[in-house]
Amino acid sequence: MRITVDADKCQGHNRCSQLAPDLFDIDELGYASARHEGRVPAGQEANAELAVANCPEYAISIVEET
Amino acid sequence: MATVHPPVSDWQNDFDHTDPVYAADPFPIWDELRAQCPIAHTDRYGGAWLPVTHDTVAAIAHDTDRFTSQSILVTEGRPLAPAPVGIAPPISSDPPFHHGARRVILPAFAPQAIAPLEPFTRAYCHELLDAVEGKDVIDGAADYAQHIPTRVIAKMLGFPPEDADTFRMFVHDGLERVDLPVEERITNFAKLDQYIGVQIDDHVANPRDDLTTYLLEAEMDGHRLERDHVGGTVVLLLLAGIDTTWSAIGASLWHLAQNPADLQRLHDEPEVWPFAIEELLRAYAPVTMARLVKEDMDYEGCPMKANDWVLLPFPAANRDPSEFDRPDEVILDRAVNRHSAFGLGIHRCAGSNLARMELRVALEVFVERVPAFNLADPAAVRWSGGQVRGPRELPLAAHW
Repeated sequence: MRITVDADKCQGHNRCSQLAPDLFDIDELGYASARHEGRVPAGQEANAELAVANCPEYAISIVEET
Repeated sequence: MATVHPPVSDWQNDFDHTDPVYAADPFPIWDELRAQCPIAHTDRYGGAWLPVTHDTVAAIAHDTDRFTSQSILVTEGRPLAPAPVGIAPPISSDPPFHHGARRVILPAFAPQAIAPLEPFTRAYCHELLDAVEGKDVIDGAADYAQHIPTRVIAKMLGFPPEDADTFRMFVHDGLERVDLPVEERITNFAKLDQYIGVQIDDHVANPRDDLTTYLLEAEMDGHRLERDHVGGTVVLLLLAGIDTTWSAIGASLWHLAQNPADLQRLHDEPEVWPFAIEELLRAYAPVTMARLVKEDMDYEGCPMKANDWVLLPFPAANRDPSEFDRPDEVILDRAVNRHSAFGLGIHRCAGSNLARMELRVALEVFVERVPAFNLADPAAVRWSGGQVRGPRELPLAAHW
């Protein structure tokens, strides 16, 4: 599983980093980016889905791997 | 004297968000409007609109081209300070100025900057309960919630903690008494401006490790901030977090006082806490923001005029059944919860990480110290009106 954060949509709500702290980096201004270049480590898939389902800006997506 | 506002009988065409009926229970009003015309109108306040669906509130919050943040509080008058800076940057600012003004304050409110304040907040919550320990009835708002954000922001700004009553007076006059005539609001603002001026002068003379000194030394585009900019931002930081967070804490206690199963669940299932905090924020979001229409336009069939107000009731967006499953139920472990209690778009509450920490710590300490509580007198609960809604009197029967 891979995730992406749309930097144009992220407004720094920090809901993702609360629900999935291992999957996101928060910069000094509070904006999020996907850790591990977006790769979701095994066992973290449910947290990734929670992050998507709780982002008020619809900024996080799960990318289908080809 | 407040402006006389007749009671509302037609919410679709003559709404008033300061009406006592709206303050006491706005939820059925929003439901009714959602079913009729999702953007209500009133000629009061010189013309104002009230969208109540999630999608419309979100669309307007994101549309900084056609709506300005020059004033975010609906009053009888129109803004005192010009765009794009406004009276209290960055909340009152528009792009592109907004971007730089917001960058200045964001580092101070990022999660990693807020975490170190948690032990102080927790100790202070305990202190507040020590003072009323053992009493049969305590006021969840007056004895507890109102003090917490006030004390923390005074510490952050480096302001005298003993001035807390003054800060709450500024909040009441500035944010709640939006029905006052413009002249009276200007007089009240002058008092606030004077107080802030004294604090800033003190920080200029005696720089120290706090947010006020940080702002005085901060740069935007390679230059120190203008004195008015610093003053406006200090006003924002002092006032914006007080009655808002106090309302969120109080409304959450109000809910738990009436829902013992939810209270018990917090005792039994600590892993529910992070979800519960967001669900309480969703269901009892305290803050409605506002915008001004920039130019005459037709917006989704509404003939909006330049300088019309548009309210952004995030609490109504949070109860929209098209966005939330069973929106009127508080489901403590709600897994899909894109609530907008802290707003949406570029003006997302800059203090949201601080507010969330204060709400969580305030509730954790309260339920730890008072494991069971209920409303002592439901009829005595009083809600604030206007754009920040929360209990101002909340007598709780406490079982220590």
